[in-house]
Amino acid sequence: MSRPDPSACLNLSSSRTRQLLVGGMRQDFPIFEHPMRGKRLVYLDSAASAQKPQVVIDTVQRFYTEEYANIHRGVYELSEEATQIYEGNREKVRRLINAREIREMVYVRGTTEGLNLLAATFGRQRLGEGDEILLTEMEHHSNIVPWQMLCEQTGAKIVVAPITDDGALDMDAFEKLLGPKVKLVSVAHISNALGTVNPVKEITRLAHDKGIPVIIDGAQAVPHIAVDVQDIDCDFYVFSGHKIYGPTGIGILYGKAELLEQMPPYQGGGDMILTVSFKGTTYNEIPYRFEAGTPDIAGAIGLGTAIIYVQSLGFDAISAHNDKLLNYGTELLQEIPGLRLIGTAPEKVAVLSFVMDGIHPHDIGTILDSRGIAIRAGHHCAQPVMERFNIPATTRASIGIYNDKSDLDALAEGLREVRRMFG
Amino acid sequence: MGDLRDLYQEVILDHGRRPRNVGNIAPPCSHADGYNPLCGDKLTLYLRIEDDTVSDVKFEGAGCAIFTASCSLLTEALIGKSIEEANELCRRFVAMSTTPVEEECDTEGLGKLGVFAGVREFPARVKCATLAWHTFENAVRGSGESAQTE
Repeated sequence: MSRPDPSACLNLSSSRTRQLLVGGMRQDFPIFEHPMRGKRLVYLDSAASAQKPQVVIDTVQRFYTEEYANIHRGVYELSEEATQIYEGNREKVRRLINAREIREMVYVRGTTEGLNLLAATFGRQRLGEGDEILLTEMEHHSNIVPWQMLCEQTGAKIVVAPITDDGALDMDAFEKLLGPKVKLVSVAHISNALGTVNPVKEITRLAHDKGIPVIIDGAQAVPHIAVDVQDIDCDFYVFSGHKIYGPTGIGILYGKAELLEQMPPYQGGGDMILTVSFKGTTYNEIPYRFEAGTPDIAGAIGLGTAIIYVQSLGFDAISAHNDKLLNYGTELLQEIPGLRLIGTAPEKVAVLSFVMDGIHPHDIGTILDSRGIAIRAGHHCAQPVMERFNIPATTRASIGIYNDKSDLDALAEGLREVRRMFG
Repeated sequence: MGDLRDLYQEVILDHGRRPRNVGNIAPPCSHADGYNPLCGDKLTLYLRIEDDTVSDVKFEGAGCAIFTASCSLLTEALIGKSIEEANELCRRFVAMSTTPVEEECDTEGLGKLGVFAGVREFPARVKCATLAWHTFENAVRGSGESAQTE
């Protein structure tokens, strides 16, 4: 039975690329047919989670409607086909991040689980009393807390590389902190709170010169820029499907095969074993060793389509669209009296984080909400960043491929209304 | 659909900007802390109670306009009330703020506090309005426990 892939209907022509650059891909996303608070939905919260294009929704629906069965188990046609589609998606992910081998793609629930997996296996295996884990001040809580938990178990400790006033990583300080006790470096590719793009290739080179393995949290990077894990040469790279226009509940842990092979399993259960007896169990090969239990099959399949969708636009066009809107939005916001942007690093994407004199971000969020504008207000799961800038919270507008200039015009008009109301 | 103006009425903006009865009471008869971990709203409420009457209320805190205005209006509303009246007002305020938006809510006798009915349009913000009132209930009970909205 041949399977018409919904993603095959994507037209890989340059007209779609032009469309992205001119007005954004709003028409591909059915959520925008529905108003919010009776107004045209202006969605500026893609850094929290991205909306889903119709083609991804169709893929997931088709899978449940016509193709569903468990994988790696059945001797019947449906199961074999589901397995084939599910496994086939690893190749799509491999191409997305240009990894060497398909078996280097481990399905996880998302970035958070990927980092927890690494802490519980790689970290647990390699770290001991007095060893150091080098992080940065701009990390998301999910790249802090798993390491703190590991430190409690092993006696290792966390060292934090500072950021500069514009929100860039202080590379001189980073290099100095790469001391003899550091056994692991884990950094965000792009900061979710500031939009800063970190020089991950240089970070990896500096760490590798001292024999230190490097983990990159790619949650915010994968939707916006072309990622090449071989070029970066990082040892692990983790990201979530839902931020790259795919379903929730699925993500990818990339690891170099030789490292994954040395790692102990994460969770125990079905699929991660070769043989089980009460005398002992032999574990499966990678990546299956890390994938106990029935996974989010539909999520993985939806992610495959999301990847094809994004690639049909091309990262050159996605970056150009992003830069255009980021520059436009930055100019508009700078005109608002009493507004201060937090995070103005030279290398930056997709995020406009700001505070307004005397106005709490939650009040800003509610007033924008009433105008149909979705933004995030709070600490963005990056409380150390807030502490660094001595603020309790920020308001954050973040950009996706469905946004256009009119969304940022609406944001600026909403903020002028906030200013009028609060005087 | 209520207009945003229902929520951000002049009275909330006024008390949000210039809250009344800010400070502490030394020594208080009772005090309690309140914290909303979701948005960081934080307060300490100090009470003086004489002859079963709330003779003074002050607060120290930081948060959004709705939270700050709610703290400020609480102090104005409760000073001079008997403990029983104050508890009843707390109960009615929380009931009003949490009445489902499609139902008629009872604002009778709540006076200026009725403006907080508008918060029902924005469920994420209800806790900003009710935190101070839960904290007051804890302070009166003298339980010493911290009110948390999560």
